[in-house]
Amino acid sequence: MKSISRLFAVMRKEIRQMRRDRLTAAMIAGIPIMQLLLFGYAINTDVRNLSTAIADEANTHLSREFISRLNATQVTNIKYRVTTATELEQLMQTGKISIGVAIPRDFDRRVVDKTRAAVHLLVDGSDPTISGIADQLRNMPIAFDTGAKPREPGLIEVRSYYNPERRTPINIIPGLMGVILTMTMLMFTAVAVVRERERGNLELLINTPVTSAELMIGKVIPYIAIGIVQLALILVVGRLLFDVPVRGSIVDLYLAAGVFVAANLALGLFVSTAVKTQFQAMQGTFFLILPSILLSGFIFPFDGMPVAAQYLGEALPITHFIRLTRGIMLREASLGDLPGDLIYLAVFAVIATTAAALRFSKRLD
Amino acid sequence: MKDGYAIRARGLSKHFGELRAVDGLDLDVPTGSIYGFLGPNGSGKSTTIRMLCGLLTPTSGTANVLGTEIPGSAKLLKPRIGYMTQKFSLFGDMTVLENLQFISEIYSYPAGARKSRIAELLEHYDLVAQRKQFAATMSGGQRQRLALACAVLHEPELLLLDEPTSAVDPQSRRDFWAKLFALAEAGTTILVSTHYMDEAERCHRLAILDKGVKVADGAPQDLQCSTGMHVVEILADDPYHAQTALVDAPMIASVTQLGVRLRVLIPESVDDPLGLVDRNLREHTVAAESRLVAASLEDVFVAVTMKSQRIAA
Repeated sequence: MKSISRLFAVMRKEIRQMRRDRLTAAMIAGIPIMQLLLFGYAINTDVRNLSTAIADEANTHLSREFISRLNATQVTNIKYRVTTATELEQLMQTGKISIGVAIPRDFDRRVVDKTRAAVHLLVDGSDPTISGIADQLRNMPIAFDTGAKPREPGLIEVRSYYNPERRTPINIIPGLMGVILTMTMLMFTAVAVVRERERGNLELLINTPVTSAELMIGKVIPYIAIGIVQLALILVVGRLLFDVPVRGSIVDLYLAAGVFVAANLALGLFVSTAVKTQFQAMQGTFFLILPSILLSGFIFPFDGMPVAAQYLGEALPITHFIRLTRGIMLREASLGDLPGDLIYLAVFAVIATTAAALRFSKRLD
Repeated sequence: MKDGYAIRARGLSKHFGELRAVDGLDLDVPTGSIYGFLGPNGSGKSTTIRMLCGLLTPTSGTANVLGTEIPGSAKLLKPRIGYMTQKFSLFGDMTVLENLQFISEIYSYPAGARKSRIAELLEHYDLVAQRKQFAATMSGGQRQRLALACAVLHEPELLLLDEPTSAVDPQSRRDFWAKLFALAEAGTTILVSTHYMDEAERCHRLAILDKGVKVADGAPQDLQCSTGMHVVEILADDPYHAQTALVDAPMIASVTQLGVRLRVLIPESVDDPLGLVDRNLREHTVAAESRLVAASLEDVFVAVTMKSQRIAA
């Protein structure tokens, strides 16, 4: 009996404390509902609207009909029309398209020639799901109503770029780098300010001449070095165990990672100034990590998400970093090919650090 | 310093919602003195100290600290004041030496002189043996010495100490006060809050706070001479019965038991305090000896807080 009453005493205490921690109480309802709505709508393995470019060198009645059929599948979203297959490759390298459709000059003849493929589908193999979509397209039934006989397999030839053997690690590791760095970096700084608040160090610090900006930047910079070390570890292990290549410049990769790490640290720091306990800081971190995995294009192609989810994804630093890593490591792109993503990360880091410094008051009231 | 005062405050108030933590405080702290804040927990000592160093914004009122107006220019003040928090606030996972080095850097102590200053402080505050020890593993007295060493490292003109001795043994307290007198001798103004009477007695001047209001201030000796009360000490075989005999008697302000003795406060308007006490004791047939004694600081404290309660009522 005594045991039961003690058990209830502990339970009552826990519930009472939970209710007093208003942020945690709000998260009990908030996390499941928000995440469910977010991901329920955003995650869609039935991918549509992949950015596509077409090089129609034939430009015949038949080729135009093929294009309209392709368009009707809604899997592709034709954003560019170019004249040569080389231009398709350039667009893919800079990450502007996921699929390139090359229609050769002798398209009409190839359609009836069973020995040669009539259309080349260039597929960005650096994104794991897009290869699968290409298979879907290859098997799309095409019946030309101009008399030409429908042709079974062989009409479309798929050329997977960057990962022709379709090895999963090659797709996964560049994105996983972003996820790992997001997790560790956010965690480091999210507890940085609250920990000192909880331990009482903060009351001492804010009474010294140190400024908010000095304190915030001083907390971020050492961790950038840690992030770079983590990146090196991932790269070495990826290379040795999974044979993941770095086709572009390693300097570009480290530069991108440095800015990305700074952006995450700054975000973590902002979380830290907004919460009151280390426990809340951890919750805030997890709240950010889940969308970082699911809305960043790491698992599900960005193009396949609803527009609202895409905006959310665009706001996350990791989305831009994954584009950079896939570009640099797999597509041999340089930072110059993807300037927007790098600039976004840099601006994000500066704004988040500033916001954290402004939020961090050198007062107790 | 303005007119020889390190701190002058007028009508300083801090309200947290309904709670008036500090209410209309006037304060004059002479430069180079040790000024005490005496009061129970929750009397507004910490809040006042935090306002004076710019950590809290006063709800109303103004303060001039070292010639700088508060609120407003707290930033200019930081390099000139040292602050020792009530809770140990140095880094537990850093050694004594590392903590001192960090503080010397954060206060931009001249780089060339840092090493000798830290060595001097380690020596002076008896921390040489602990210099490689993590702060978290030290005893209360050692931590307190480290905290004081860090607070004075940059040679501040004003030292604000928030209940610095609440977690240390009596011997450490004595040593600590010896250090404070040395600092005051060297010209540092010290504002120290405490709830220990013996510590309050050591201060040059004293303000007694109760529920956010200053109920008395002055030199401890002056306060003891002007309580407005007679103090009668009673030695009784049965002090408990003696107390019940006196506590509700008319004209007796308060009765406090100290072991076998009782201290009774009776307003000065009563002409024969001993007679009053004896009459009441006889009525309850309690045998006791009574004599008039000088007021202690605790008597002062009881007297002034009673007065403020009466005014409130």
